[in-house]
Amino acid sequence: MKRIYTDNAATTKVSEDVLQKMLPYLTEAYGNPNSLHFAGREVREAIDIARAQVATAIGCEPSEIYFTAGGSESDNWAIKGIARRYGKKGKHIISSKIEHHAVLHSLAALEKDGYEVTYLDVDENGFVSVEDLEKAIRPDTILITVMFANNEIGSVQPVEEIAKVAKAHGVFFHTDAVQAVGHMPINVKEMGIDMLSMSGHKFNAPKGVGALYVKRGIILPNLIDGGSQEKGRRAGTENTASIIGMGQAIENAVKTMNEDSARLEKLREKLLNGLLEKIPYCRRNTPKTNTLPGIANLSIRFVEGEAMLLMLDMRGICASSGSACTSGSLDPSHVMLAIGLDHGTAHGSIRFSLDKYNTEEEIDYILEVFPQIVERLREMSPIWTEENRAKIQ
Amino acid sequence: MIYNEKVMDHFANPRNVGEIENADGVGEVGNVKCGDIMKIFLKIDNGIITDAKFKTFGCGAAVATSSMATELIKGKPFEEALKLTNKAVVEALGGLPPVKIHCSVLAEEAIKAAISDYLVKQGLDPELFGIKPGACDHDCESCSSHG
Repeated sequence: MKRIYTDNAATTKVSEDVLQKMLPYLTEAYGNPNSLHFAGREVREAIDIARAQVATAIGCEPSEIYFTAGGSESDNWAIKGIARRYGKKGKHIISSKIEHHAVLHSLAALEKDGYEVTYLDVDENGFVSVEDLEKAIRPDTILITVMFANNEIGSVQPVEEIAKVAKAHGVFFHTDAVQAVGHMPINVKEMGIDMLSMSGHKFNAPKGVGALYVKRGIILPNLIDGGSQEKGRRAGTENTASIIGMGQAIENAVKTMNEDSARLEKLREKLLNGLLEKIPYCRRNTPKTNTLPGIANLSIRFVEGEAMLLMLDMRGICASSGSACTSGSLDPSHVMLAIGLDHGTAHGSIRFSLDKYNTEEEIDYILEVFPQIVERLREMSPIWTEENRAKIQ
Repeated sequence: MIYNEKVMDHFANPRNVGEIENADGVGEVGNVKCGDIMKIFLKIDNGIITDAKFKTFGCGAAVATSSMATELIKGKPFEEALKLTNKAVVEALGGLPPVKIHCSVLAEEAIKAAISDYLVKQGLDPELFGIKPGACDHDCESCSSHG
């Protein structure tokens, strides 16, 4: 059977050269980077290189990069860290309604501790308004955390403008850039970002490794107390092979970013336009501009997301959905509701997320198979009636 | 989300999909908000369910439970079909993930709603047959059947 992987926003494949780069550090170069001897030193050097690779990719100093276990950890650390450290100054935080759960649930935990959070609305394309943001700032606002790019629909936020507003009001700005790093140009210095979360497995590094950029001068409380790793802020022997893999992966991603995104944008548009043309009663959820190159999200009315995913899976295609049934709750994705979709349309959302390994032939196959699946499910659907169809448009 | 082979079979090859023209009883439960709607059509001759068909908007478990539930009641007297529990549907499917149990509740409720419709058309009071009015047409989160 065919195996078409179009769920790269969930995770990506470790690229071959990244694996090769990592392998020695799982075998002969097994030293502890904190040891003084040669076995430790050779690993320490490799980690230093990885840190420099990550720093170069986002335009900061290596000393501003802290390796973590991934995006969720980085988000938790940045948000709860700022809150704990600057909670005396104020207890108000501004975020958006379309953040990843690692951000939303960190904020919910803080709300239980007496912090107040303003969640900015987004427009129908999934963008926050900088004007709304500025209006939401209060004297006790200590942090703005708005994601760089959305994982479900792809919308890229006006990060530079947000950073300017934050700076003008003396508020820290953190961005969850898990979906953006390695996929679009980022320069934290030029953009004025104070803290940025990233995750290796979204750009062809292994799972279980990520990083948090913290601008020099901002001191977060220690995440893990223990040894002197990560300047003592995040103790524990380093995840050496994965960190080294992440350094290589991010360097690769930046090197081929322009050509990769140009190709992906073409594939994305071919897929979206093809599906919108072949399937009636669809809605494009991915914005046309200011969007990630690889994410294609649309809603298929009158069918439910999980059923589509199962049928795609049977035809060898991996995708994802914002339907309630795939989240284990009864509500569809908060992102779909935030962009103004009604529940039915939100339950019918589907995301194909592409990366450099996807081919045009694969897109052609999806364009051939997916409309058949939708037709089959609509025939089965009690709400696929003329009366209901007439209500649309 | 992992479904067993039997559930996947009933999802991939659902039995009794469709509508029955001039059905003797039709029941629809669930709502779009929850992401599941089940509509069941029954043909009932002399108290025996001679045919059952369904249309479902919903996830894999919703389709599979509709398929299995209609299979289980075909050829049975309607009084017996009324005794079909969501548990029996889940068991016949060899189990469902816990978050999907509410789909089997919908199947049970849809059958009850269709039989209720049949009874009303016959001039009978569904409550005399133990059917409570207004089941499962509201918000899933407030439903006690999902506990």
